[in-house]
Amino acid sequence: MSILVDEKTRLITQGITGREGMFHTEQSMKYGTRVVGGVTPGKGGQKVLGNIPVFNTVRDAVAKTKANATMIFVPPPFASDAILEAADAGIELIICITEGIPVSDMVDVYKYLKGTNSRLVGPNCPGVISPGKAKIGIMPAHIHKKGNVGIISRSGTLTYETVGQLTALGIGQSTCVGIGGDPIIGTRFIDVLALFQKDRGTKAICMIGEIGGSAEDEAAYYIKKHVTKPVIGFIAGQTAPPGRRMGHAGAIISGGQGTAEEKMKVMKRCGIKVVKSPADLGKTLQKAL
Amino acid sequence: MKIHEYQAKEILRKYNVAVPNGVLISKKSEAAKAARKVGTSVVVVKAQIHAGGRGKGGGVKLAKSPQEAEKHAGNILGMTLVTPQTGPEGRLVKKVLIEEGMSIAKELYMGILVDRETSQVLIMASEAGGMEIEEVAADTPERIIKETVDPVIGVQPFLARKIAFALNIEGAALKAVIPFIINLYDAFIKEDCSMLEINPLVITSDDRVLALDAKVDIDDNAMFRHKDTLACRDLDEEDPLEVEASKFHLNYIKLDGNIGCMVNGAGLAMATMDIIKLSGGEPANFLDVGGGADEEMIENGFRIILSDPSVKGIFINIFGGILRCDILARGVVAATKKLKIKIPIVVRMEGTNMEEGHQILKDSGLNFAIGSGMKDGAQKVVKAIK
Repeated sequence: MSILVDEKTRLITQGITGREGMFHTEQSMKYGTRVVGGVTPGKGGQKVLGNIPVFNTVRDAVAKTKANATMIFVPPPFASDAILEAADAGIELIICITEGIPVSDMVDVYKYLKGTNSRLVGPNCPGVISPGKAKIGIMPAHIHKKGNVGIISRSGTLTYETVGQLTALGIGQSTCVGIGGDPIIGTRFIDVLALFQKDRGTKAICMIGEIGGSAEDEAAYYIKKHVTKPVIGFIAGQTAPPGRRMGHAGAIISGGQGTAEEKMKVMKRCGIKVVKSPADLGKTLQKAL
Repeated sequence: MKIHEYQAKEILRKYNVAVPNGVLISKKSEAAKAARKVGTSVVVVKAQIHAGGRGKGGGVKLAKSPQEAEKHAGNILGMTLVTPQTGPEGRLVKKVLIEEGMSIAKELYMGILVDRETSQVLIMASEAGGMEIEEVAADTPERIIKETVDPVIGVQPFLARKIAFALNIEGAALKAVIPFIINLYDAFIKEDCSMLEINPLVITSDDRVLALDAKVDIDDNAMFRHKDTLACRDLDEEDPLEVEASKFHLNYIKLDGNIGCMVNGAGLAMATMDIIKLSGGEPANFLDVGGGADEEMIENGFRIILSDPSVKGIFINIFGGILRCDILARGVVAATKKLKIKIPIVVRMEGTNMEEGHQILKDSGLNFAIGSGMKDGAQKVVKAIK
C-alpha cells in the first residue's frame, strides 16, 4: 500500500506546455503515472506528448478526463491562481512544484483551501512518489524502490539522499512526500504522519526537517500521542547561522527560535530516533525495521 | 529584502501611517539646515544602517540646536557603527536621518508578520515598547497581545479597537490609533512585507500617534511586483560575495570556516555543512547551485567560493536528479583548469549519470579525490586540509 498517489491517480499538469511542465509530465508518464490531460489557458484543443489533451481551464479538464490530481508548474506570479483554480474545480490532490510564490498569496490560498475538499502538497516541493505505482513530481525515479518505509521531508535533494541510502541497503519505500521548503505549505508533517500511521503498507517513517518554524515540534508531539510505528528523524541546518535564510524561504532561525538543536531535543523527548549525521539515516532505519 | 528606516518611513507615509518629520542627509554640512527645516527645538540624529540596536552603539543622538545636530551628524557619518546586531565588524554609516523631537507619553510595540503556525497574518502588540520583543516574549509573554487577521476581511475597525483597548490607549489617542493600525496592515499587505515592526510606536503628550522607528523586510518572492522598491536595495549592507553570487542566481551565504561547499538543493546543502562539522571541519559557506546548474554556473560558483581567502579545500556534494552528474563533472573539470585551482577538491556524486560523471573526472588528468558517500567525502576533505 501507499498514500496520496497510486495507480488509480488520474493526473493533469497545469502549465503542461512549458519546458519544465512538459519534461516532467513525460517523465511521470514513463514511470507509469496515469496522465490524463494538461491545462494551459489559451492552448486548449492541442495535443501534446502523443495523445495528451490540453484544456483551457481545470474545470474543462476535470469534466472531460475525471482527473483527481494536478501537478503545477506555473511560474510564481501565477501559481497561486493555478492552485485556486484547481481547488475550485474540485481536484482532490494539488501538488505545487513551483518555487518562489509570494507568501501573501499563500496566506489567501491557505484560507481558501480550508473551505474545500482539496489537499495541497507544497509549494516549493519535489512532489510525491509511491514507488512502483506512480510519481507526481521532479524526483529522479530510478533511485526509488518499492517497499515499506514512508518518507516525509521539507527538502528535495536531501530526500533523494535518504532514498538513495535506503535503496542501497535494499530497503524500499511506500511513499515519499516532499512537503516543501516554504513558510506556508498546504500539507504539514502531521497530516502525512496521520496517513502513514493508517497505511498498512508503511512499517517505519522517516521525517526530514530543517531549521525555521515549529512544524517539527508539532509533529513530534503528534507522534508521541498518535503514531505507533517507529519514526527516524533528522534536522538539517545544525550549523546554520541565525537570521539568515538558508536557500529555502522557510529555513531561517528567527528570534532564537527554530534551531536544529531545539527541534532535535523535542523530537528525542517524544520518542523519535534522531540522527545527528545525515549519513546515518539509512542504517538507523534499517535497525528500526 | 531589508530596507533602511528612512525608506520604510517613506513607504508608511504613502499609506497615511504617521511618522515623524525628518530630513535625510549624507554630508555633515547639510545637518544644520536639515535641523532648521525639521524645526523642533530638539532633533534626533539617527544613523541609517540595516541592523538594530543603533542607540546602544552611539548611532542615535539628541541635539538641542542645529549646531549640535551638525556635530553629531559629523561624528556619526562615516563611523563604523557596532551594535549587538552587526557583529564586531560593524557597518559603515553613509546616511543620517534628522527627525523632529517630541514629548513622549507612552511607548508601545507593534509588529505584523506571517505566523507560520496558523499560516495567517498576525499582529503583535505590547505595552512594553522600546524593548527587544524577543526578550518580552521570553520574560513576560503575557504582555504581548496577538491577533490573527482573516485575509478575507483584513483589519476591520473592531479588530483595531480590540488591540487599542488591550494596549490601554484612551482619549484622543484612541481615535488616532484605529486608522494607524488599519493603515499599517494595508501597507504590510500591499507592499508584500514579510515583517513590519514599529518599535516604538509612540503616543505623544499631545495625543499624536506615530511610528518613531520602522523596520520593514520585503518578501523576496514578491519583488516582481515591486520594481520601485527594488531601488531601495543597499548593496553596501550585504556581503560582497553574496551580492556577486546573486547576480548568477546562486544561493550563497558566507560562513566562518575554511571548507568551501558546492551542493545542489538547500536541504542537502545544509546537511553537507552539518556533516563537515561532524567530521571535525568548519564549512566556509552555504552554496546551493540548484537543479538547473550548467557549466557556467558551476564556474561562477567556484570563483565565488575561491574569492574567500580562508577557503583551504572544496567539497562538492551532488545528488543528481534533474542536474546530471556528467554535466556537473564537465563543469568541475573546466572550472578547475580555467581557474587553475590548486587546493584539494573532493567530489561526491550520486544519482543521474553518475558513472559518466566519474569517468569524466578520471579522464581529466586532474587530481580529484572521490567521496563514496557524504560522510566519506566530508572526512576526506577535512583530512586533506590538515
